[in-house]
Amino acid sequence: MSLLEIEDLVVHFDTDAGPVQAVDGVGLNVEAGEIIGLVGESGSGKSVTGLAILGLIRPPGRIVRGAVRFEGNDIVGMTEAQRRGYRGRRIALVPQSPRTSLNPVITVGEQIARLSRLHGGASRGDAMKRAISLMEQVGIPDAGAKARQYPHQLSGGTCQRIMVAMALTSEPRLLIADEPTTGLDVSIAARILDLLRDVCVRTGSSIILITHDLGVVAETCDRVAVMHGGQLVEAAAVRDLFRHPSHPYTRALVASIPRIDADIELMPIPGAVPSLLRPPPGCRYAGRCDLVMGRCRIARPPLVTIGAGHMAACFATGAP
Amino acid sequence: MADMGSPDGSLARRMAFPALRLARRNPVSFVAAVVLLLLVVIAVLAPWIVPFGPDDTDPTTALAGPCWPHLFGTDIYGRDELSRILYAARVDLAVPLASTAIALLIGCAIGMLAGYRGGWLDMLVMRAVDAVLAFPALVLAMGLAAALGNGLGSLIVVIAITQVPTYLRLMRAEILRAREMEYAEAAVTIGNPVRRILLLHLLPNCIPPLIVQATLATGFALLTMATLSFLGLGIQPPASEWGEMTAEGAGQMVTGEWWLFVFPGLAIMVAVLSFNLIGDAVRDILDPRMRGVR
Amino acid sequence: MSALLEVEDLAKYFPMKRLGGAGRIVRAVDGVSLTIGAGKTFGLIGESGCGKSTLGRCIMRVIEPSRGAVRVEGVDLAALSPANLRAMRRQVQMVFQDSTAALNPRMTVRRMVEEPLLLHSTFDRAERRDRIEHVLEQVGLGTDLADRYPHELSGGQKQRANIARAIVARPRLVVLDEPTSALDVSLRSRIVLLLERLREELDLAYLFISHDIATVKYLSERIAVMYLGVIVEQGSAREIIGNPRHPYTRALMSAVPIPDPDIRPNRFVLRGEVPDAAITVRGCRLLGRCPMAASVCTEAVPVREISPGHFVACHMV
Repeated sequence: MSLLEIEDLVVHFDTDAGPVQAVDGVGLNVEAGEIIGLVGESGSGKSVTGLAILGLIRPPGRIVRGAVRFEGNDIVGMTEAQRRGYRGRRIALVPQSPRTSLNPVITVGEQIARLSRLHGGASRGDAMKRAISLMEQVGIPDAGAKARQYPHQLSGGTCQRIMVAMALTSEPRLLIADEPTTGLDVSIAARILDLLRDVCVRTGSSIILITHDLGVVAETCDRVAVMHGGQLVEAAAVRDLFRHPSHPYTRALVASIPRIDADIELMPIPGAVPSLLRPPPGCRYAGRCDLVMGRCRIARPPLVTIGAGHMAACFATGAP
Repeated sequence: MADMGSPDGSLARRMAFPALRLARRNPVSFVAAVVLLLLVVIAVLAPWIVPFGPDDTDPTTALAGPCWPHLFGTDIYGRDELSRILYAARVDLAVPLASTAIALLIGCAIGMLAGYRGGWLDMLVMRAVDAVLAFPALVLAMGLAAALGNGLGSLIVVIAITQVPTYLRLMRAEILRAREMEYAEAAVTIGNPVRRILLLHLLPNCIPPLIVQATLATGFALLTMATLSFLGLGIQPPASEWGEMTAEGAGQMVTGEWWLFVFPGLAIMVAVLSFNLIGDAVRDILDPRMRGVR
Repeated sequence: MSALLEVEDLAKYFPMKRLGGAGRIVRAVDGVSLTIGAGKTFGLIGESGCGKSTLGRCIMRVIEPSRGAVRVEGVDLAALSPANLRAMRRQVQMVFQDSTAALNPRMTVRRMVEEPLLLHSTFDRAERRDRIEHVLEQVGLGTDLADRYPHELSGGQKQRANIARAIVARPRLVVLDEPTSALDVSLRSRIVLLLERLREELDLAYLFISHDIATVKYLSERIAVMYLGVIVEQGSAREIIGNPRHPYTRALMSAVPIPDPDIRPNRFVLRGEVPDAAITVRGCRLLGRCPMAASVCTEAVPVREISPGHFVACHMV
């Protein structure tokens, strides 16, 4: 049994103009102790998938169908009270924009300590000791002094480390890191990634790393899932994905980003993500694909296994 | 739609659609605007639509209550109240509008310069504004009116002076905000001289809050003028003016001639209320985001 | 070949007053020199707080430098009268980072793009119209968008409008301040390719300021690396990326994520974090973080040319 099993997840957002089909039949497994990257442009549905795992889909969003089984228990069917037993405890979130996620009028040490008290019922003194210990674990020097400071007094990198510390408070089995490096300077981002890898190794918890940056994925992740237009188009071990990308979108994505290790010719992906309000029938990448066939616009390609641990949803490159 | 490069072409056509949308979105403001428009029409056409001359006295019909043909009754000299009220609309709308316009112009101009230049000019201006604002507007108006006399022109000047500080401060604050925006920097980097930056780039973006404020202030200006006249410092009898008429009427309250007090008072109320209520509509009209909405 | 842009020992200090305490001076830019030739792209990289944006604004004369000179085609900008400075602005234009804030919310695209022509050219109305349409086509904005207001445009369209405004009067140099940072990943490469194409078509020179190192490498011939207000290393793009010598550059390059899982990051780590720019340091600014530091590093740092065109400001290299 995998730590997390997502099966045929469909999430819609109801608007005046109709439902926006943000996530359309995503299936994914996360094993214990692995880092899996969830990659896509904005509008790909990767963040919504993350929210669904945390049970945070609220109106106007709704889970139309599908299952999100964590340690065997389906989160979709749970009540809010039951979900709260998981959220922050067994599954934790490291959100984007650490500065806006932290309370500006409470010291950072106190913010972490409150979580200890909330989830574990620890005493004030113990909770603060644990908070400082966590801050040391995430690599914040001089943690005792920093714990008494407010978020605006700390750098962006330190704030992000505080977010990781908060996520680790209750020793979760699964961490969801939503764009943890966006907006951070390159060198700080690198250290946060190192920290996340370190956390995975030390505690054995799994991490879902949501990002649009393929470089981040290549450096940090064990496996990768690529999303486009709300659909999962490819999933593979990281080496296989970069060595033998199967889905045309994955290939196009790799070819569209400049890199410092090689001189490549930049090829931007043509077109744009199709409207999720009235998505085209068939494959949602058909309008942008260089290998598109007639079939692609009519039927949706299923996700099929094309190699060991490597799946892709494309008629042109593997699906029957 | 063939565009000849002039974005302000056909203003009337572009106002038609917003007007109908406004009616739906801000019904209250729309009604207020209609009422104001009506008042303006009355004021303009007053000499031709009044049933009696406003100064025509007739002792035989003095102090008559509302009846026919004196729908609002008559005063102590037999003058028709309705005619006087209609005729007074000219003064009671012209003075507030004129003083607001003048105050807006002066306040904007000085506020823009003070906000953009900063430095000693800004400091000087702000201290002057602080001094003026130290006096309650009414007290200031009273003092100035006493000093400048009570001709129509002086009244306009007096009321304008009491309003200038508000617009000045608002414009200065808006300029301080807007000049930090990248489009203001861009206006500099493409080579605009300062006057173009102020007039073409900053002013259009800074003026909406002032316009909305002006609608409120016009109502207050009307009240100020009416109060001054009520106190005997403004328009003098026998000229018709709502505040002065209310003062006369107040004197007659004791003897029961309520119509001499109530109708002028109502006129003031309706006008001031209408000015106050069109603020929302004006704000929407001025927002470019609203223009594009089909 | 005379340089199009010459920056010589530019510095910008901001005095910061404290309530009831001693003031500090923030040395945002502290002695920067660089030259850009006609038709070339010069990349300026560095992390937050390094002063690259302030440098850009000093070059554009949006703020006045505290010291140093900026010369465009040999002419010292400080020596120009306000009217002549405005005329000079035709030659040096800027594309701003926040594409939304850089557009006047009350101006249509057409009017915005027309403005440089009104200010600097003698075109009549018809000629202006033609040029505007040509430019809009060049940047990939359909003429049907010309009469739209900024709030009706998407992020990518807004940035194209900014670029159109910058090139309409045919400048010689365009300063690009983080032109792609606010854009979605899929749009970035399109804007980058657009910039490259425009450069060739119009023989433009670029000063490309960004923290996106891979994109800077793609477009630039020469790159300078800034740290806390000074340039620590300068050279050809190939040299800076492939053979960085200054410890800060090495740390920076080793931190850039590479989309190839077989290349394991070989991190060159600096201790601690970027300090407050206000701390005045006589010697090397990297002191306290650098693993190669020695006692000599407290003295003023020499700039050495370690290979033709490759300059490093370090005692230990």
